[in-house]
Amino acid sequence: MSFLKIRDLSVILRGTNHRLLRGVSLDVGATEVMGLVGESGAGKSMIGKAVLGILPRSARIVGGSIELDGVDLLTLPPRQRRHLIGQKAALIPQDPLTALNPARRIGPQISDRLVDILGWDKARARARAEEILHDVHIPQPDRVLRAYPHELSGGMRQRVLIASAFAAEPRLIVADEPTTALDVTVQKQILKLIFEMQARHGTALLFVTHDLGVVSKICQRLTVLYGGLVMEEAEVGAFFEAPRHAYSRALLAATPRHTDPTADLTPVPEAVIAEARRAVAEADQRWHA
Amino acid sequence: MFLRRLLTRIATTLVTLLGVAVIVFAVIRIVPGDPVAMMLPPGATEADIARLNAFYGLDKSIPEQFFIWLGGVVQGDFGTSITTRQPVLGLVLSRLPATLELSVMALVIAVVLGGLVALTGTRLRYTRTEGALDVANGMALSVPDFLWGLVLILLFGVLWPVFTISGRVSPNLVPEFATSFFLFESVLRLRFDLWLDLVQHMLMPALALAIPLAAIIGQLLKQSLKETMHLDYVTLARTKGYSENHVILREALRNAVLPTLTLIGVQFTFLIGGTVIIERLFSYEGLGNMAIDAVINRDLPLIQGIVLLFALLFTLVNLAVDLLYAVLNPRLRHA
Ligand SMILES: Nc1ncnc2c1ncn2[C@@H]1O[C@H](COP(=O)(O)OP(=O)(O)OP(=O)(O)O)[C@@H](O)[C@H]1O
Ligand SMILES: [Mg+2]
Repeated sequence: MSFLKIRDLSVILRGTNHRLLRGVSLDVGATEVMGLVGESGAGKSMIGKAVLGILPRSARIVGGSIELDGVDLLTLPPRQRRHLIGQKAALIPQDPLTALNPARRIGPQISDRLVDILGWDKARARARAEEILHDVHIPQPDRVLRAYPHELSGGMRQRVLIASAFAAEPRLIVADEPTTALDVTVQKQILKLIFEMQARHGTALLFVTHDLGVVSKICQRLTVLYGGLVMEEAEVGAFFEAPRHAYSRALLAATPRHTDPTADLTPVPEAVIAEARRAVAEADQRWHA
Repeated sequence: MFLRRLLTRIATTLVTLLGVAVIVFAVIRIVPGDPVAMMLPPGATEADIARLNAFYGLDKSIPEQFFIWLGGVVQGDFGTSITTRQPVLGLVLSRLPATLELSVMALVIAVVLGGLVALTGTRLRYTRTEGALDVANGMALSVPDFLWGLVLILLFGVLWPVFTISGRVSPNLVPEFATSFFLFESVLRLRFDLWLDLVQHMLMPALALAIPLAAIIGQLLKQSLKETMHLDYVTLARTKGYSENHVILREALRNAVLPTLTLIGVQFTFLIGGTVIIERLFSYEGLGNMAIDAVINRDLPLIQGIVLLFALLFTLVNLAVDLLYAVLNPRLRHA
């Protein structure tokens, strides 16, 4: 059974009838890693934000459902929705430099949810914060708990954010390009850490990325998005052997291979883009009808 | 490191004060008006005038007068007031607490009002209430403090006289306290009747001083809060399950306050400057009121003393703001 179940989700740009997400359906199993790929502007982040209830004001959900653990978030009153998301889901953000509050110490930024939302007592939450920092391989966790964000490097901060995401044992984690803001030298370590933690905790993971290479190694399934429309949803093994959709094939051809980074890349052909656009237009026509 | 910064700071403060002293000293002696002639009854002889001029040292050249005065100041002697014939230092210090209490009360009102406006505006952003608050804020901002003083006198002194709008304390309650910090000392001595009387006198002038500052604080803090609300750590806190109120107060407020703080420092010095007219308007017995009398009477030593004290106050306020900024900003604390 899927832990996250999105059905026919449509999001518009407020004040227009322009859709940013065009009837997206997507499932993430209870311990599954789902890759979400597509070119820039395809709507990958929008999906993650919709799930976590942090869509920008300019975006508005106009249809569909988002079920988390069998409960439709969109029918819940705001307070309950927030609580449910805070209890069952967590975000690993893209940019560790801006995702920690510069005026607060690290410790409370990890343990606050445990105390305020999950109702743990302070001592237990603190102990948990220290333990989870240890789990993400941060040396001297007690010192880091007392530090302010600016005292830590970017890689360390991302470790802190990963720890913070896993601290409350969420059932689903949304990671939105969690390494693109990092130094190349630490990107690999951080990726490895995320999947190590995911495997250990058995968390469902919605992994937003541009990198099909990473998807092929880590994810069980993937969803290809174009213009807010799902182009293809497939098992990773099958997908990399033979993508069904022309757009997916083109995307794959346009992605550097880890095995042979020097091989020529084929940009997505005009004809394929035209076909994808047609699919988008058809979806819109059906929707507006 | 900290010590060096402090010493530099003290040195620049002294230079500033010296500069202020020189300018004031020169200006009040160049503008027309003879303090001695104004003091003596009509028909005083040339000899009388010359004698008094000599007594106050006004017969010497301006640079000479300045160095005599400076020599006294260094030893804590600010000269003698021409009109009251009392030591300037004593006079000024007896009035300073009244002005400080008024200014601080105005500041507190301004911060509370401005803070409430900013927080409410942020909480209700994109609604009509936000728009209404913005308009009210803009109006408060465009009217200067002395006009607010007049409005308040008309409203609460004349039309609906619930507040006393004249003086600092009711004559029958004038206390025999150790200091002139009546408001403060009345609390320590548990004289709440007196405290209430003081507050009643102070509230209107304080409000007049506070309204424009509150509007500035409200505008800037809201702007800064709104920007902060878009930052990633605020968004992350939302995903943890926190409410809008919580996110504003715990995640955004503290970071948004920093830019506002520097502004409050500058504006607070303007507010202290504003007490001069406001105290006059409300016949409040403070330093500002005394300053106007001193200027009218060309009481040169008193003017110098008051101006120097105001200048000192301004620099102290700026110093306090810098320290507070360092305390609130962890990045500076650890640097
Ligand atoms: N705050 C916003 N207000 C209005 N439109 C937005 C906003 N953020 C994104 N969009 C639009 O929504 C669409 C989807 O954006 P989204 O951020 O989900 O793309 P993405 O797939 O995550 O791209 P990227 O790989 O660049 O992160 C884009 O067309 C984008 O222009
Ligand atoms: Mg994105």
